[in-house]
Amino acid sequence: MTDASAPTPIGSGARQGKHATSLYAEDARTKKRNAAEKRFQAYGIAAISIGIFFLVVLLVSIVRSGIPAFTQTFIEVPVYLDAAKLDKNGNRDPDDLRKVSTFGYAPLIDNAIFAAVQDAGLTTEFEKAKDMRAMISASAPAQLRDYVLANPSEIGKTVEFKILASSRVDGYMKGRVTRESVARDKNIDAAHFDLIDQLVETGDVERTFNWDFITGADASESRPEQAGIGVSMIGSFFMMLVVLCLSLPIGVAASIYLEEFAPKNRFTDLIEVNISNLAAVPSIVFGILGLAVFIQFAHLPQSAPLVGGLVLTLMTLPTIIISTRASLKAVPPSIRDAALGVGASKMQAVFHHVLPLAAPGILTGTIIGLAQALGETAPLLLIGMVGYIATNVPDGIAAGFLSPNSSMPAQIYEWSKRADPAYYERAWGGIIILLLFLMTMNIIAIILRRRFERRW
Amino acid sequence: MPLSLLLAIILVIAVVGYVLGRQRALASAGGDSRGLHSLPVYYGSNVLLSVIVPAFGFLILALILIPVYIDSHVSSMITEADVREGSSLGLVMAEVRRVAEGLDNAVQIGAMTEEMASGARADFTDMTARLKDAGQVITGDVTVNILQAAQEYRASSKMLHTAMVVLAIVIALAGLAFGYTRTDKDFRARNVVEKVILALLIAAASVAILTTVGIILSLIFNTVEFFRIYPATEFFFGLTWSPSFSGRGGLSELGFVPLLWGTLYISFIALAVAVPIGLFAAVYLSEYATPRVRAIAKPALEVLAGIPTIVYGLFALLTVGPLLVSVFGRDGLGWMGGASSVMTAGLVMGIMLIPFVSSLSDDIINSVPQAMRDGSLGLGATKSETVKQVILPAALPGIVGAVLLAASRAIGETMIVVMGAGAAARLSMNPFEAMTTVTAKIVSQLTGDSDFSSPEALVAFALGMSLFVITLGMNILALHIVQKYREQYD
Repeated sequence: MTDASAPTPIGSGARQGKHATSLYAEDARTKKRNAAEKRFQAYGIAAISIGIFFLVVLLVSIVRSGIPAFTQTFIEVPVYLDAAKLDKNGNRDPDDLRKVSTFGYAPLIDNAIFAAVQDAGLTTEFEKAKDMRAMISASAPAQLRDYVLANPSEIGKTVEFKILASSRVDGYMKGRVTRESVARDKNIDAAHFDLIDQLVETGDVERTFNWDFITGADASESRPEQAGIGVSMIGSFFMMLVVLCLSLPIGVAASIYLEEFAPKNRFTDLIEVNISNLAAVPSIVFGILGLAVFIQFAHLPQSAPLVGGLVLTLMTLPTIIISTRASLKAVPPSIRDAALGVGASKMQAVFHHVLPLAAPGILTGTIIGLAQALGETAPLLLIGMVGYIATNVPDGIAAGFLSPNSSMPAQIYEWSKRADPAYYERAWGGIIILLLFLMTMNIIAIILRRRFERRW
Repeated sequence: MPLSLLLAIILVIAVVGYVLGRQRALASAGGDSRGLHSLPVYYGSNVLLSVIVPAFGFLILALILIPVYIDSHVSSMITEADVREGSSLGLVMAEVRRVAEGLDNAVQIGAMTEEMASGARADFTDMTARLKDAGQVITGDVTVNILQAAQEYRASSKMLHTAMVVLAIVIALAGLAFGYTRTDKDFRARNVVEKVILALLIAAASVAILTTVGIILSLIFNTVEFFRIYPATEFFFGLTWSPSFSGRGGLSELGFVPLLWGTLYISFIALAVAVPIGLFAAVYLSEYATPRVRAIAKPALEVLAGIPTIVYGLFALLTVGPLLVSVFGRDGLGWMGGASSVMTAGLVMGIMLIPFVSSLSDDIINSVPQAMRDGSLGLGATKSETVKQVILPAALPGIVGAVLLAASRAIGETMIVVMGAGAAARLSMNPFEAMTTVTAKIVSQLTGDSDFSSPEALVAFALGMSLFVITLGMNILALHIVQKYREQYD
């Protein structure tokens, strides 16, 4: 009855006018709102694309710059091991042979290459055998000497050698060094490259896979063609051994206490606060701690993998504790209750039932913590792992822990600081190896999680 | 006796103890394990633990205390006269240790007999000559007094070491006897073993506290030492950073301000890159993305977080730096001098922080209750309006916390700035200039052979202390904000 007298809503006439055509036609405001919606979504897509774009650029530049480090240029040449120069007394006495230094061997290689060039009838402006030296690595005479000392009977014969080319030649083969870029280089001339081009055609110069880069030792600043990452890999291995042997038991024990036994009191609160803060302390601060406590106070040897391992242990402990606690927490209370119900003590319930069920999670967390420790560099700089040239493979296990060594990331940093651009290629190559290790570890962690993790 | 042999002996004693304890328990129950209070394993473990725990505890204590004792004992022998101008007691002690080591080596290779090396009446010139013959480095700083101190050092360390070995074995055997005699069928072995294990668990948990204490002590001691040589006000308010490497202080100006400025500037650029990208990515992933896109994009972004910082450092140094120079350098706009600059380091650090911001924000956005979204959408808001006007305000405290955590990461980041930001400390607004940061300077002051007594080396500890305090403050604030926020919806 009031319907008729009900007042027409204010402005309804105007609105009807607006929708005069169709309800489905968008008005200006709706259009604006929909456009804003589209824009907003586009921002999100753009953000993710930028992130993934960066990832791709990063990976591409690593692979593109690092792959050349895995091949190396060698010169194959028959070298006449001149008895008159190597063994003046002619009695093949090892002591006498040892007296001839690498300086005595260098001319043999020069002559051999020069002879090979002339025999093949290659055109070159060089007239002296000594000019050939720019093309071979400074390590080549040592290679020859080692061979002769090992096989004295070969003296006086002509032996085929695969000699490491110098880094400039190697760079030329890989396109890093050009004729223009060596215009002011005292070590090598563009004419050498002409000769190299001809030698490539005759098959005497070739690029082959470089196992020495993966297994070899670091070399001095002037011999990038010889440097390898193998020894620092051993250093990293010993460091990871220390980290694993300390951080796994300590981390698991601490997590078991905090998760299963700790009463709620000030002491446990203090531990909790400490762990969450340590997880966010900059890694360099752990380096300072290692320097002050392990080296300054405890007088442990500098640059030793043991010290590096201790520092990295302290750094990874929070990570391992946090992930272990999460996997302990994921074990349902019914397991504990059942164990306690059949008469197990609390300790037995935890160690016999909860811990085995949480083991896959703990293992995953540990592997991820180890991967983090493997890639960490900053604390190692402070305990002297940089600046040390890792040229010797440690002899024995004790030496592996205690004698100075480098580690993979520290070695990469060391290479990146050197002046010769040939070392940059090595640094990228080292990164490929480091990332391969990290990838393997992470994949193992993922597989473990997929395969063994139970959901209750 | 080498330490590893001693450890092996103790372990053998422990294993013997395990077997004996188990047998004795079973024997006391007449060979029937049902008569025992605990399982036989616990009787064995009880003896094992009573061998290992005291013996290893003693060893750890001894290994820490013996060097401290010897140092203080020997350094009391050194007179004022031995400490030369510009030297310090620490350096002289290092010399003493080196001579002692030299004597050891000389005896080992047979250049010197044992009596000769430790004889109190040995002729000084003869000794040094023999040491040199043995290939040991003897500098002119070695005086008669230092040689005697070194002999004393050797003698007392040898004596204490022998005492330690004997005592450790005695303690292990005593533990064996104690555990063995306690073993009986009514002995509550399980309770005892479990108590010991609990104590070990607590000890493991305390490592976290010890680490913090270690960090704080090592920073404080050296920082106090630094402020004794260098005035604190000049450090905190000094506007120039120019350490002198040749002289022993005096000429060095070690102002904190330019380093702090470089750190903050680089972190600001990093956050300016990471926060918008990370936040938009998080919003898209949690609100718009289909499960398939999410399953691919989220791990892909998180790969960025798993890449070690040395890789980012090299990327900055060799890829991003030269790229920026080709655009902004002399051939381009002319703003940039070299490859290392605030911009280089900031950009790369920003890339590193993207996954950090995005996954933290993602968690926080996901924990906003669905009811709030439904309410907003029900009122007719579009999805983006819901995000902007409902979800983000609700998640804001958490996001602020995430950004703070990212900022503390940026401030503490080392490798990227060491390799990408340059080495010159500068107070400038130009982001294309090279600047340096607190962390980069800690590295450069502490690498190499520094003796920890010059202000140039000690300043690194003061820098570390400042860094620790700043990041700790930010972390505590961030965790507090995040936690407070989480509680709202739980």
